[in-house]
Amino acid sequence: MKYCGKIVVVLKPGVFDPQGVTIKNALHTLGYGEVEEVKTGKFFEVILEAETEALAGRRLQEMCDQLLANPVIERYSFEVEGKQ
Amino acid sequence: MKFGVVVFPGSNCDYDCYYVLSEVLRVDTVFLWHEDRDLQGCDCVILPGGFSYGDYLRTGAIARFSPIMTSVRDFVREGGLVLGICNGFQILLESGLLPGALLPNRDGHFVCRYTHLKVENTSTPFTRLFSPGEIIRIPIAHHQGNFFMPSRDLEKIKHNRQVVFRYCGPQGEEDSGFNPNGSLENIAGIASPDFRVLGMMPHPERASEEILGSQDGKKIFLSVIAWLEENRRGRH
Repeated sequence: MKYCGKIVVVLKPGVFDPQGVTIKNALHTLGYGEVEEVKTGKFFEVILEAETEALAGRRLQEMCDQLLANPVIERYSFEVEGKQ
Repeated sequence: MKFGVVVFPGSNCDYDCYYVLSEVLRVDTVFLWHEDRDLQGCDCVILPGGFSYGDYLRTGAIARFSPIMTSVRDFVREGGLVLGICNGFQILLESGLLPGALLPNRDGHFVCRYTHLKVENTSTPFTRLFSPGEIIRIPIAHHQGNFFMPSRDLEKIKHNRQVVFRYCGPQGEEDSGFNPNGSLENIAGIASPDFRVLGMMPHPERASEEILGSQDGKKIFLSVIAWLEENRRGRH
């Protein structure tokens, strides 16, 4: 069975995000003065083969822990979808 | 005595390090290819600056999985000396050989200029020829040199005297105006608890000849040479 893991990696609270600040300032310049904060992050789609959805999730979690996120500064979340 | 300079795809300060060691300091130096596992009997391994693997994912994140890094990790376990410069520092952090992380610079700019540094610890093999608190000049060139770690870890590395270099003013001023990238407590370089692994954002290989404006970086390499000479005598 093929699955698709949709992974979002964001900076932990309190970790400075200069890209987010720069984008917020640009939005203010465009007239979106109501914007209070912009946070940037990364999005991954990982297509993988696994026997069950739970096993796919376990493998994806290992991938996040080992490579896709840096635990010192980032946290992650993901969803697993069946793929035809 | 032998030095090894690791070459990753995207390293661009490897030849500068090689040149300083082999031509300026006249010590035996070899390049170590990232796909090899053999450290060729080197006494000190340099992870040079650059953009290893295009800085994909996070700086240093992919280089950590190179075959050579498995050997570097074993080398560290055996007490070998490793110096990570700029991207090399980022690789050491991603590898878990040093604690913390490097974030994009506070002001969002790539910063390329000379900085003053205060030598905070002269007990390491890399800094033994400096005097305590000495102010030196070495250039930086990076986009992600903003050192970060949780406060409990920061207290721990300060307690262990692992902070080796801090950015400062010409008189040693440590206020934020002399902090080029937003690093926590102006930290520019840290060592492992046993001081055998050093990571630093400034480029000592770019400050090793008078014609380049400073020779303060050379003293780091000379310190390693002095340490290795002494240690070798002690061993035999």
